[in-house]
Amino acid sequence: MTGQRIADSALKGMRRGEKSDRRALIFDVLMYGAIALALVSLLALITQTVIKGAPDLSLQFFLNFPSRINPANSGAQSAIIGTLYLMLLTAVFVIPVGIATALYLEEYADKTRWWNRLIEVNIQNLAAVPSVVYGILGLAFIVRGPLGLGPVLLAGGLTLGLLVLPVVIIVARESIRAVPPSIREGALALGATKWQMVSRQVLPGARAGMVTGIILSLSRAIGETAPLLVIGAASSPRFNPSGLGDAFTALPIQIFSWTQDPNPIFVNQAATASIVLLGILLAMNGVAIVMRNRYEQRW
Amino acid sequence: MSTSSAGPNPDSQTPKAPAEVGVSGSVTDLTPYLPPVGNEYDLEMTDPKGSAGVPDPVEVIFDCSDVEVHYGEHRAIRDVSLGFGLREVTALIGPSGCGKSTFLRCLNRMNDLIPNAKVGGHVMYHGQDLYADEIDPVQVRKRIGMVFQKPNPFPKSIYDNVAFGPRVVGMEGNMDEIVERALIRGALWDEVKDRLTENAFGMSGGQQQRLCIARALATDPDVLLMDEPCSALDPISTGRIEDLMAELKERISIVIVTHNMQQAARVSDKTAFFTVEMAEDEKRRTGVVVEYDATDTIFTNPSDKRTEDYVTGKFG
Repeated sequence: MTGQRIADSALKGMRRGEKSDRRALIFDVLMYGAIALALVSLLALITQTVIKGAPDLSLQFFLNFPSRINPANSGAQSAIIGTLYLMLLTAVFVIPVGIATALYLEEYADKTRWWNRLIEVNIQNLAAVPSVVYGILGLAFIVRGPLGLGPVLLAGGLTLGLLVLPVVIIVARESIRAVPPSIREGALALGATKWQMVSRQVLPGARAGMVTGIILSLSRAIGETAPLLVIGAASSPRFNPSGLGDAFTALPIQIFSWTQDPNPIFVNQAATASIVLLGILLAMNGVAIVMRNRYEQRW
Repeated sequence: MSTSSAGPNPDSQTPKAPAEVGVSGSVTDLTPYLPPVGNEYDLEMTDPKGSAGVPDPVEVIFDCSDVEVHYGEHRAIRDVSLGFGLREVTALIGPSGCGKSTFLRCLNRMNDLIPNAKVGGHVMYHGQDLYADEIDPVQVRKRIGMVFQKPNPFPKSIYDNVAFGPRVVGMEGNMDEIVERALIRGALWDEVKDRLTENAFGMSGGQQQRLCIARALATDPDVLLMDEPCSALDPISTGRIEDLMAELKERISIVIVTHNMQQAARVSDKTAFFTVEMAEDEKRRTGVVVEYDATDTIFTNPSDKRTEDYVTGKFG
């Protein structure tokens, strides 16, 4: 009798189980479907880019300048060099300012003060502002306005720097926060001053996260088109910027202007330039992964 | 930094008269107040009073009176008046939340790091009030070492862990020798001498804690504060640290917070029993010292009923 009842309830349970199995199955299908959709569209995009762009991918493409007179021998040297310069400038600007701000907010700021909370909230919000708005800011304050630099390389670097600064600050703060308080106490208890504690324990401990975050921010910066368009980057210049005060272009701008061109050769070259840009981004992400694995600190 | 003084030798512990501050110039320069840091101890150091083997109870290096700590509105401890003798081990025992650690952290101004913490009363170290305006907490911590509950080695090599204190303090001398001496004093040298460049995170918990002790000893403090140093360790590691404390006591004073009454009985010369006092109206808890006496007395013949109940295991 009892056995029968147990068997009965077990069967009922199984029936209920079947029902939830079906739900689980539906969820699985939806989940894998979503992943497949993302991957397939990405793959399609990359495949099409490679098919269109790969034939033009040669050393000449890296060495030649864009040419309207001789489209077949056109290249993207000025754009590639411009992108590398922009990345360097952005890094020079954003690394010291970003880390210093993060250190101030995490280690020095009195969080009960309203102005420090205001700064925090502002940084969080700035990270979510669309990049074109930074372009307008750069145009109004850096290219024209108070700084009045004109549409030059330095203006581009500063604008991109402003764009990624909030993200760099947020990432750096997180890395600093990951250093356990016991390390700070240990250092101070040994007679270290606050700066010695910060510079010898907190910064080295936060290094891996900061480096990774900065590299990823820089790769976002060099992929940006909108702010550079707004501040007036040159299109298809036949020269490299020779200094901070020179006109410049960058790969996204070059790609944009080529895709607008009625000549199909240029449209294909836009795809070639996209491959180059993708290559640079992949390389940077690779460096970020290597750095993270090398310096990552488990506490 | 003075080079003539021979370290915190009991003879030189008379506090300088405050009048001398003006003479020596800067008020923020604490050197006139505190015994110099970084001077080697004389390895053959003998007790100048000649009291063979018996810890001299007369020399008081810490004299605390009416210490109270507030965290914001909350009063964590009140009216703590304790003195700690030279080359003595003093244990602070009591139930959780009674403010033992809070009090310990007053002794090297670690409470300064907690926002809203306010320390009242007097903490006299070699006759100098550690909370006087002209005292720099960094200078205090250079002279008073601290070991924490959980081993907290830096994510660096064993060598760099020990060398950190001497480096930030700016200790003179051969760093290799300083590190070796500290590791020998921390009873760790034989185990690590062949792997000084390895990361300290690869050591066992007990080794890490002895490394933290060695690290604290590297700057030659004359007091070591230990905040439940063995609570995260197994009995064998605990035993090694207790042996180590017995050795260290020959030359320095130790104040240890412990939850383990057997440990207090084994290692300490004097014991202070703290308890929690509840305010009638609310759930406010304040720590107070119930009894402070020789360890033997506290454990065998306490004068207060609460102490007796605690040490015999009736509460806590």
